[in-house]
Amino acid sequence: MSEKIKIKIDGKEFEVEKGITILEACKRFGIKIPTLCYHPDLTVAGICRICVVEIEGMDKLQPACAYPIDREMSIKTHSNKVRIARKTNLELILSEHYGDCYTCVRNGKCELQKLAADFGIDRYIFPSVTSPKYKIDNSSHAIVRDPNKCIHCKRCIRTCIDLQQVAALETANRGHNVQIQTALNKPISEVICINCGQCINRCPTGALRAKDPADEIWDAICDPSKFVVIQTAPSPRAAIGEEFGYPPGTCVTGKLNAALRRIGFDRIFDTNFAADLTIMEEGSELIERLKRKLVEGDKSVKLPMFTSCSPGWVKFIEHYYPQYLDHLSTCKSPQQMFGAIIKTYYAQKIGIDPAKIVTVALMPCAAKKFECNRPEMRDSGYKDVDYGLTTREMAAMIKEAGIDLHDMPDEDFDHPLGLGSGAGLIFGSTGGVMEAALRTVYEIVTGRPVPFKDLDITPIRGMEWIREASLVMENVKPEYKFLEGVEVKVAVAHGTANAKKLLRRLEEGKLDYHFIEIMACPGGCLGGGGQPIPTTPEIREARARAIYEEEKRLPVRKSHENPEIKQLYEEFLGKPLGELSHKLLHTHYTPRGKYFLGEENVL
Amino acid sequence: MGNSTLLKEKFNPEPLKEVLKEYEGEKGVLIPLLQKTQELYGYVPPEAMEMISEFTSIPVSQIYGVVTFYAQFRLKPVGKHLIRVCHGTACHVSGAEKVTDAIVNFLNVEPGDTTEDGLFTLETVACLGCCSLAPVMMIDDETYGRLDEKKVRKILRQYKSKN
Amino acid sequence: METQKRKIVIGYGSCGIAAGANKVYDKLREIVDREKIDVEISETGCIGMCFREVLVEVREPNGDSFIYGDVTPERVEKIIESHIKNNTPIDEWIVKSNKVEGSENKFFSKQMRIVLRNCGEINPESIDDYIERDGYKALEKVLKELSPEDVIDKIYKSGLRGRGGAGFPTGLKWKFTRQSPDPVKYMVCNADEGDPGAFMDRSVLEGDPHSVLEGLTIAAYAIGASTGYIYVRAEYPLAVKRLKIAIKQSHERGFLGKNILGSDFSFDIKIKEGAGAFVCGEETALIASIEGKRGMPRLRPPFPSAKGLWGHPTCINNVETLANIAWIILNGEDTYAKIGTEKSKGTKVFALAGKIKKGGLIEVPMGITLREVIYDIGGGIKGDREFKAVQMGGPSGGCIPKSLIDTPVDYDSLTKTGAIMGSGGMVVMDETTCMVDVAKFFLNFTQAESCGKCTFCRVGTKRMLEILTRITEGEGKEGDIELLEELAEKIKKSSLCGLGQTAPNPVLTTIKYFRDEYEAHIKDKKCPAHKCKKLLTYTIIPDKCTGCTACAKGCPVDAISGEVKQVHVIDQDKCIKCGECVTRCNFDAIKVE
Repeated sequence: MSEKIKIKIDGKEFEVEKGITILEACKRFGIKIPTLCYHPDLTVAGICRICVVEIEGMDKLQPACAYPIDREMSIKTHSNKVRIARKTNLELILSEHYGDCYTCVRNGKCELQKLAADFGIDRYIFPSVTSPKYKIDNSSHAIVRDPNKCIHCKRCIRTCIDLQQVAALETANRGHNVQIQTALNKPISEVICINCGQCINRCPTGALRAKDPADEIWDAICDPSKFVVIQTAPSPRAAIGEEFGYPPGTCVTGKLNAALRRIGFDRIFDTNFAADLTIMEEGSELIERLKRKLVEGDKSVKLPMFTSCSPGWVKFIEHYYPQYLDHLSTCKSPQQMFGAIIKTYYAQKIGIDPAKIVTVALMPCAAKKFECNRPEMRDSGYKDVDYGLTTREMAAMIKEAGIDLHDMPDEDFDHPLGLGSGAGLIFGSTGGVMEAALRTVYEIVTGRPVPFKDLDITPIRGMEWIREASLVMENVKPEYKFLEGVEVKVAVAHGTANAKKLLRRLEEGKLDYHFIEIMACPGGCLGGGGQPIPTTPEIREARARAIYEEEKRLPVRKSHENPEIKQLYEEFLGKPLGELSHKLLHTHYTPRGKYFLGEENVL
Repeated sequence: MGNSTLLKEKFNPEPLKEVLKEYEGEKGVLIPLLQKTQELYGYVPPEAMEMISEFTSIPVSQIYGVVTFYAQFRLKPVGKHLIRVCHGTACHVSGAEKVTDAIVNFLNVEPGDTTEDGLFTLETVACLGCCSLAPVMMIDDETYGRLDEKKVRKILRQYKSKN
Repeated sequence: METQKRKIVIGYGSCGIAAGANKVYDKLREIVDREKIDVEISETGCIGMCFREVLVEVREPNGDSFIYGDVTPERVEKIIESHIKNNTPIDEWIVKSNKVEGSENKFFSKQMRIVLRNCGEINPESIDDYIERDGYKALEKVLKELSPEDVIDKIYKSGLRGRGGAGFPTGLKWKFTRQSPDPVKYMVCNADEGDPGAFMDRSVLEGDPHSVLEGLTIAAYAIGASTGYIYVRAEYPLAVKRLKIAIKQSHERGFLGKNILGSDFSFDIKIKEGAGAFVCGEETALIASIEGKRGMPRLRPPFPSAKGLWGHPTCINNVETLANIAWIILNGEDTYAKIGTEKSKGTKVFALAGKIKKGGLIEVPMGITLREVIYDIGGGIKGDREFKAVQMGGPSGGCIPKSLIDTPVDYDSLTKTGAIMGSGGMVVMDETTCMVDVAKFFLNFTQAESCGKCTFCRVGTKRMLEILTRITEGEGKEGDIELLEELAEKIKKSSLCGLGQTAPNPVLTTIKYFRDEYEAHIKDKKCPAHKCKKLLTYTIIPDKCTGCTACAKGCPVDAISGEVKQVHVIDQDKCIKCGECVTRCNFDAIKVE
């Protein structure tokens, strides 16, 4: 039990635990304090000073986000002294910000713009920035940096370090010349960036945004010679409603299908289908690896096997731990598997020239934009996925088309390739891939469903950064007797900072898991860098809840029982890990430099 | 001392490798390492940042952040002679600006830059601590005090003729 | 000790070297070697009279001392000839002596030297010199007779306050650090003297490094630290060199290292060279810098005394504070507490510079008035001009005007003026100094030296600088002064660290005392001190102009016209006010107003 302290906020008495910050206390009692550099996912910086409050007896104003309640105190949150200081602060920030709000991607969703409105800023006290001073960095497939909009809250830097341990961005220079820069101020495509886009999600303004392919997609839609196919991932469906005023945690799959059809997409497919396909391949790969390792003693087989669906994570390991690339599953991500299947199997099936097919992937992710542009992702003979589109960008397209999701009926996906199992659906949450894989692997090996109530493998659910579980294989089918009694140990981590912890243990030889799921983004895909802003711990939980609730209602909850998957193998692929699977569904990885100069490492 | 010819030469990691050995196992070594690097190469080359990053496990972006924070570090090689004009308070009230202007005009170089012939790099610094001799400048390790425009021109002419 | 020889001591501080001490030394060595003169040549740190460098002292075996000022290689020859060979001191060149009336004896008469007790007296590279003057006796006493609590108590009772600027009681700071439960603690000496116009710490480190080491070691004993750091500016190579020598010597003599002087106490000191950032004078920024990071201040609480270097309790004292410690231990806290005023005890070292006749390093008892410092010690204003203001406390301080020249030098009186005691920079300004320009100078400094982390300091100081710049360029607007004042108040109240919280002080004090000067710039577009270029008008006085054409030839924009031997005229539309014509004119024919 922590010690309780009596405090006064704006004259009213409260009691709180010793040590919590003033901001936390105020939030608890419904007292709103404006913030900018504060973000619930990140270490406290206390640098923007917009949250200053007055503490009786102290001459200086103190930042509410950082000041601990360590004694009885009386706090004023909107005295004139506080109010005017905050307003001056805002005026100073505005004097540095290139505020071309009309042409800004964050128009209407900008924290600075909102504060300016809240504070009734009606003129510039200081000269305003009337033209951009800095070049926009457009070099990356995924992330666009516009320093003209930057207000130096350093949320991006803290995101990249606290959550991801990548440190693509850092403060450079000093004093008024301070800028958020990459190493040597190089274009972001030339330094180590895993394209996760978490920085975008935490940027309060438009200084960071994703590279938007909407114009090209519109062109394709309006071009009658093109056949435009979209696949939608589960996480955007659980989040896009937020862009239309639904509360976080509302799944709008059916309404979204209707909206996409009205926009003019020729086919709407479910990425969950491809997730099921991934499980078929990846599960088989795991069994294959276990067999080769355990039965044949093949030392070249690497365990633990890591999942490979998260393109941010894949790039992370390519940069920092290239020596462990053989641990990555060779399976492509669902997005890429789907692209390859659409431009081969589906094109054949409906008799369309794959050259005319444009594949769009609605993803919660910025890194998917990089992934679909990887040179190795052209196994169909074409670019397997033409465009990765974020949830935010999709919402903008829907709005641009004059559609309100609220008005939409529920509609289904197109078939085949439109049926996904619950296992595929939960890919959207951290732990979901692992759960889906275990459901299938256990059943393939033993012929029985996983021994968890309602198939819910709860030990690996939730938002703990690193979670683990184990499952003993008992009474296995004869062909898998090498697995009899084997305790399959698995782990799940999200955020590459946590992945790094596991990799360090691997380096030390202390990692005895068989299979590890890693998602680059906190919360997994539902917390992806392409998701609606804000994304906070509470919002991530709400989205996860929505996904797991929806999955309960689905008729098929195991990937291997998806009839359309069975159909695909029967009609086209043959069997998991077969020749065609290898060609279309598996890939290889590229060791990349640890430093900004790429692979020309001097050491 | 800085040597502008290094600019054209390929980076030689050997001297820095030797230095790194001395710092094995110590903590808080980034700034001393950068200081040594600058002593060796006249500036902090990107390749050296990579080596230091490997050695310290500090990301290159953060090393760059440190390099650009401290006035001492340079990202470009310096000229043969480094001119540092003091702009401390005492020098300011005694005419440091005129001294700087005189150098700028005479050598046709802006503070922070190097002359085209690679002979001089001009820097303005906060305080050299010789306030009683204000205004003051240092060329390499030599201090010149009680300056005026004429004296500055005379001194610079001497350096020019030496080369 | 062998029989005392006659000693010739050269002042080898940075000032002395800058003024040519090397050349004087070479000449001296050459003559002494050539003529085989039986004298010992030695060196010492800053003697204080920077305005008379190079300084050379002749010390007679009987202890008599003669200090010569403005010594050049030529003068050395004559001093040897007359004084050394013929025992006839050259009185007119002597600046200080116990035998004859040196021209600068008065410079020392109001001074009181505790911190500088050895500066200019001993060879800073000789530990024997230091020991001879009771060096390390305080450490011995502390280790043999006093508990850490006793030491803290003594320092607390002495009334010593931090000399770095803020004036926090040193004993209290030690106590807080000692009380932190973490057994690993650090003791840090802040020698990152960054104020432009200050060189006290440098002089102490160059002139008497052991006194700092001894103070640091005693402090470490008191707080319970076994590792110490001295964070010193890399721009002070001589100080770094002498510190390194001193640390080595202390180790050899057992004043540092394991079980110092046979006690249970072990302590080691590491030197960290700063890389040039004013903000690293701020404690938490200094800690970040020692850790190898960008020197950016962090939030407090937690304070360094609870969570500092590498997360452990850390006590940071500046050079001058530590140089007081051994003296207090040896002479007693009561003796120390008798010096100074009620709330400001002891002495304070100042670097006296600017438009003053006798600029140099001085140490005065607290409570002395500014008038005494400027006129009695400093000899008044250069060129006997009118005294206008004295800037104290550097970028965090302020300008004290003539009307307050009788302010006593103590923490509280100085704070009341809007300036601060600061670390000891004292820059004197005369009527040719423009106070708006001075404010601009400091703001320019702080906005460049701000770590750039918090909004108020990063953006606020820049906006203030812009307003000041437009005022000095004749673009000032009605309301600018008020805007400056309002902005200054917000920056002071809401910035993250001490740098931002004090950055507006130079502006606020100049507005407070020299508002008319601001108004002249804004309303009349005039700079009363004739300093702000854009507000000047250059005209040629017809009576004085000889038509020599020198000005016209030198004008970079061809704004001056006139026939040879005819009176020239400046075209005001073309004139860029560069002042080149003034430099060129040999007849004082250019009027600037």
